[in-house]
Amino acid sequence: MHPEPHEHGPDEAPHSHPDPGVDPHAPLPAAPRALRIGIGGPVGSGKTALVAALCRALGAELRLAVVTNDIYTTEDADFLLRNGVLPAERIRAVETGCCPHTAIRDDISANLDAVEDLEAALGPLELVLVESGGDNLTATFSKGLIDRQIFVVDVAGGDKVPRKGGPGVTTADLLVINKTDLAPLVGADLAVMDRDARARRGDLPTVFLSLVQDRAAAPVADWIRALVAARVPAP
Amino acid sequence: MRAEARIVAEADGRGGTRLRVLRGESPLLLRRTGPRAGGAVTVHLVGGAAGPLGGDDLRLDVEVGPAARLTVRSVAAQLALPGRAGAPPSRLEIRAAVAADATLRWLPEPLIAAAGCRHRAGTRVEVAAGGRLLWRDDLVCGRHDEPSGDVRADVTIRYAGSTLHRHELAVGPGAPGWSGAAVLGGGRAVGALVLAGPGWPEPALLGGDAALMPLAGPGLLASAVGRDIRQVRAALDPLCAAPGE
Amino acid sequence: MSLATLLVLADGRLPAGGHAHSGGLEAAVAAGRVRDVGDLGGFLRGRLHTTGLVSAAFAAGACARTGDFRDLDRGLDARTPSPALRRASRAQGRALLRAGRAMWSLPELGREPHHPVALGALAAAAGLGPREAAVAAAHGTVSGPAGAAVRLLGLDPYAVHALLARLAPEIDRIAADAAARTDDPVDDLPAAGAPLLDLGAELHATWEVRLFAS
Repeated sequence: MHPEPHEHGPDEAPHSHPDPGVDPHAPLPAAPRALRIGIGGPVGSGKTALVAALCRALGAELRLAVVTNDIYTTEDADFLLRNGVLPAERIRAVETGCCPHTAIRDDISANLDAVEDLEAALGPLELVLVESGGDNLTATFSKGLIDRQIFVVDVAGGDKVPRKGGPGVTTADLLVINKTDLAPLVGADLAVMDRDARARRGDLPTVFLSLVQDRAAAPVADWIRALVAARVPAP
Repeated sequence: MRAEARIVAEADGRGGTRLRVLRGESPLLLRRTGPRAGGAVTVHLVGGAAGPLGGDDLRLDVEVGPAARLTVRSVAAQLALPGRAGAPPSRLEIRAAVAADATLRWLPEPLIAAAGCRHRAGTRVEVAAGGRLLWRDDLVCGRHDEPSGDVRADVTIRYAGSTLHRHELAVGPGAPGWSGAAVLGGGRAVGALVLAGPGWPEPALLGGDAALMPLAGPGLLASAVGRDIRQVRAALDPLCAAPGE
Repeated sequence: MSLATLLVLADGRLPAGGHAHSGGLEAAVAAGRVRDVGDLGGFLRGRLHTTGLVSAAFAAGACARTGDFRDLDRGLDARTPSPALRRASRAQGRALLRAGRAMWSLPELGREPHHPVALGALAAAAGLGPREAAVAAAHGTVSGPAGAAVRLLGLDPYAVHALLARLAPEIDRIAADAAARTDDPVDDLPAAGAPLLDLGAELHATWEVRLFAS
């Protein structure tokens, strides 16, 4: 579950390892409380597109809703609605007071209220996706807010991103390396990213994704399906 | 100067309203105005002296009985002025009671806080369930090109035995931060219109710094802030027109 | 009374949703009324002597009169003509209760009490008195928008904190007054209103994109 013990070379970039105190296999909530999955990552890495793809892929089989911490306009809502992604009443936007980071980690009140309000308005849900506002590599979700988190980086951000590490890359339950179709254009080496991600993340999974080629985000949707299936049934 | 005035309006039993009591003394002089016919009665405060002046202690009681309809206006603005050195603040206390099915429309001209004045205005209105109240208070902070005097206005509107609206507004040198961006933002005029009871327009933004807001209880407050009184009037006057006026 | 407990209650990092509320500052900035530190000083002072005064009185009242939550809550409704501000106060009250329940043993307060009522109840549950509840309430009404101003306008954080330091003696006076009036009938408690905070909140609530919840 943690990286193989290894020596640190003098020319090696400074990096971090998964916190041994964090159990990546903390128990999932018993149904009927919705499974909450946080989706974080830097600005422009494709979080919103991933959320839209997941809604398309899972909307017909799971009762789901979305809380977004991003700046969310009625145009965005109309876009999602027009594309048959999710009706407006299943999406809540929370204001983060210019602190996207704070809202998902240090003070999760507004997000918890939004999840509670969605459940109150829509009845029991199976899955709530919580999308963070665009932030930097140090942004992670509080475990008081979500059960599992996905961190999204993209190849256009440079193939050194996994090597840089940071809590998002290192500890997320699933790392998504997005926009692989752009790799040849930006000179990103996917093999290097894969190797660095493994070194940072040990046994934690990493998937490569191109929403241009895979509009349903199949590997991510499958990962979520497995989590939902693994939940303890309600007593 | 101490003065008391009293208005008691009651239904005349023929669909109209009569004044059982109309009594005032300078500077609170009252005149019945408008046509004798029709269901509602209008009374004007005609004012017997400039003022209120520092040291004045004025009191007005208004009672509107079941099914009666009363409108109170004033012929001119009240101008709060400083009194003799050492005089206590001027005071105007207004008490009003509106019975079931009765309507009181309180639509005076603005109060102007002349430089150096110290004035306290207290209003307490009790409206019985089913009664209707339209209560307007406009305040202008200083005459043309002069700093504002101190005015503190304190309003309690109760409806069906519960407090519907409680509001205090303090302007002038004795009120910290009053002209800052949270309170009047440099505006020199402010107006409030409380609509209590059933049957009022829908809440709305009124343009500029003005809005008609639904209160937590049965009623609304229209509030407006302006550079001068014209902006306040533009926002609030349309809400004060009565059918047939 | 534990001073350290008061610091816990009044800590800006208390996870009670405060960071997402600007106390009307976002609307005042958009209206062009707050552009610099000087404007902010006037905004904070006016807010302290209106919303701050009322919040302090009701927090002190809720701390001293633990059985009177409903009356105090209705009293705040009557003092908050803007529905957007009533919602913001109740949202912050709800968030504060969530944080408070994790720290102390709280009585039943309903789902969404007004924020000053929740704050007074937390203070009582934490063993603090009305004066401390009032200090925390009054301080919170200016420290929140001050922090929002740093983030929204990029104002010099030292200059902004200097404003807060200058308001501290006024906060102490307001809190002492509030603590002395906890036996007053609810109708007699302070009701100082700020018209532009009401109007700004109503306008703000209609914006398509907001960075702050209020």
